[in-house]
Amino acid sequence: MAERWTQDVKPFLAKWALVAVPYLWSLLFFLAPFLIIFKISLSQTAIAMPPYVPVIGSLGDFWAKLSSFTFDNYIFLTEDPLYYSAYLSSLRIALVSTILLLIVGYPIAYGMARAPKSLRNALVMAVILPFWTSFLIRVYAWIGILKPEGLITVALQWLGFLGPNEQIHVYNTEIAVFIGIVYSYLPFMVLPLYAALEKLDATLLEAAADLGCPPTKSFWVITFPLSLPGVIAGCFLCFIPIVGEFVIPDLLGGSETLMIGKTLWAEFFNNRDWPVSSAVAVVLLIILVVPIVIFQNQQKKA
Amino acid sequence: MIEAVGPIKRKFAPWDDPTLKPFIRFENVTKRFGDFTAVDNLTLDIYEREFFALLGPSGCGKTTLMRMLAGFEQPTEGRILLDGKDLSGIPPYKRPVNMMFQSYALFPHMTVEGNIAFGLRQEGMDTSNINTRVAEMLELVKLEKFAKRKPHQLSGGQRQRVALARSLAKRPKVLLLDEPLGALDKKLREETQFELMDIQMELGMTFLIVTHDQEEAMTVSDRIAVMNHGIIAQIGTASEIYEQPASRYVADFVGDINLIDGAVTAVGDRIVTLHCAGVDATISAEAGPGEVAVGAEAGFAIRPEKVQISLEAPPAGTPNVLSGEVWDIGYLGDISVYRVRLAGGSIVKATVANLTRIVERPITWEDKVYLTWPADAGVILLK
Repeated sequence: MAERWTQDVKPFLAKWALVAVPYLWSLLFFLAPFLIIFKISLSQTAIAMPPYVPVIGSLGDFWAKLSSFTFDNYIFLTEDPLYYSAYLSSLRIALVSTILLLIVGYPIAYGMARAPKSLRNALVMAVILPFWTSFLIRVYAWIGILKPEGLITVALQWLGFLGPNEQIHVYNTEIAVFIGIVYSYLPFMVLPLYAALEKLDATLLEAAADLGCPPTKSFWVITFPLSLPGVIAGCFLCFIPIVGEFVIPDLLGGSETLMIGKTLWAEFFNNRDWPVSSAVAVVLLIILVVPIVIFQNQQKKA
Repeated sequence: MIEAVGPIKRKFAPWDDPTLKPFIRFENVTKRFGDFTAVDNLTLDIYEREFFALLGPSGCGKTTLMRMLAGFEQPTEGRILLDGKDLSGIPPYKRPVNMMFQSYALFPHMTVEGNIAFGLRQEGMDTSNINTRVAEMLELVKLEKFAKRKPHQLSGGQRQRVALARSLAKRPKVLLLDEPLGALDKKLREETQFELMDIQMELGMTFLIVTHDQEEAMTVSDRIAVMNHGIIAQIGTASEIYEQPASRYVADFVGDINLIDGAVTAVGDRIVTLHCAGVDATISAEAGPGEVAVGAEAGFAIRPEKVQISLEAPPAGTPNVLSGEVWDIGYLGDISVYRVRLAGGSIVKATVANLTRIVERPITWEDKVYLTWPADAGVILLK
């Protein structure tokens, strides 16, 4: 009996306990809140505390009040062009930002991977270093740089590119949002790219050269294809959170930039329409499930 | 009289023909990495269709020499000529030289076919010709069935063959092999060595192999350059290097050898006599290279297989006799190695071929034995 316990049962339990912890965590802090949000999205607004009906008191209540759940909020989202243009605009901004991030991040990661071994850790540190300051503060700092009387204008005036009364109007435009996003998400692009490029065996490039392939071409036929897992990881790690980004468009984009994160925030706090904002959140999640699943599959293959 | 059947293999020795120009020429080549001199003012000629081996311990500069020929390193001084043309300033991707890498360096995202076709595509060869050549190469290395596999789906031996096929596909003037068989097990390595020789003869290319394995170098190559600290210690055919080593270093590095120190007591026409104080014996042997003078410090070198071991004392007056006691016996199947401890304490090895299938050998541990050899079996080395 005791032998069976130590040989079969105990290792089995130990293994499952280990697996169960993250699953329980996800269940408790992801699935449960999602179900609550989903439930709210099927409710109606009301001037009450909380501001929607029906409010479920007990499990018995749930079945009784089931009939008053509606999909009206979802139908409403399709009727008002604000929402789908916000979704589309978010996807567009996320896509453009991800491409910009790849263009900016790839050379950085490539340079880091090619740097002497003794320098590489310091360079990784330099990429991570901004995380030591609050994200919010760093985005606020960009206001100081981008605003019409900000650092850029001052610098350009000092250098003589701008007259004393001329100003750069970037703040409160989509360009400012792109700048903010590229700046904030750069480590999420650079680190997976660096991990992929650092693993790359330099003798493969020598072999390519030996077989008659000039360096620029060998980048496209050897280096880039072999760094694709890093490219995919970096792109998804950036694209997925950028779609729902709220702080950067709110602080840097002004009223001109339409993003779903901002719309959701306005719906929730300005309109106090919890059911509609919950529906917005659920739809956002459904939109993101597709890239998340692709990403997960890619990660499994790598 | 028996008549010779089939073609008689002619002796291949272009290095002895003064009318021939060398195909590859390293001319006073020096390569320094910081303070470290990897290759030191080295001059070396390699002839067309030759299978040439660079042999030496790690760090002797053999790989650096090869990488300079491939174009991955630039000589600090001197120049390298290929077919009379100076290679300096020509990047690796424009040299008519291909290399088989020690790690194979197969492109992991390409199939076996893709790897072999890679070099041909760079040349801009058209697809149908590429396909024909790839098929030929696959046949040559017997990998027809694996054309569509990726490198990670192959065994070590198969990967080695893909690497070989890839480096041969462009029909380079010179094929460089950097420790090509290092990752294979002994049996496979021996098989592959003979295959390499066959391929080299079939394609008529010049092969330059870098290896630290003296057996490999001796098996495959026409000539061997033994390297040490960036210089060439000796160049010669396998038998020249084995039988007539130019220095103690070469004698010691290539094969097994007994080295006994002494001082020259007499210099004859060909034979030099040495008194070896350590073993209290007088030894006569042929002189190696260099001027020998009476009184000079010298070493006597003899291969273990040339030492005869006997339980009976040779007749009085026999030259070159050492006596001692059997200290260790190593039974290797085909041969047995006897380690004999001389009066002075030094060890001399003698190997005996096991020609009969008897389990009990007459000579055993702690037997008093006599070691003898003919005067031309060993060599006197000054360096």
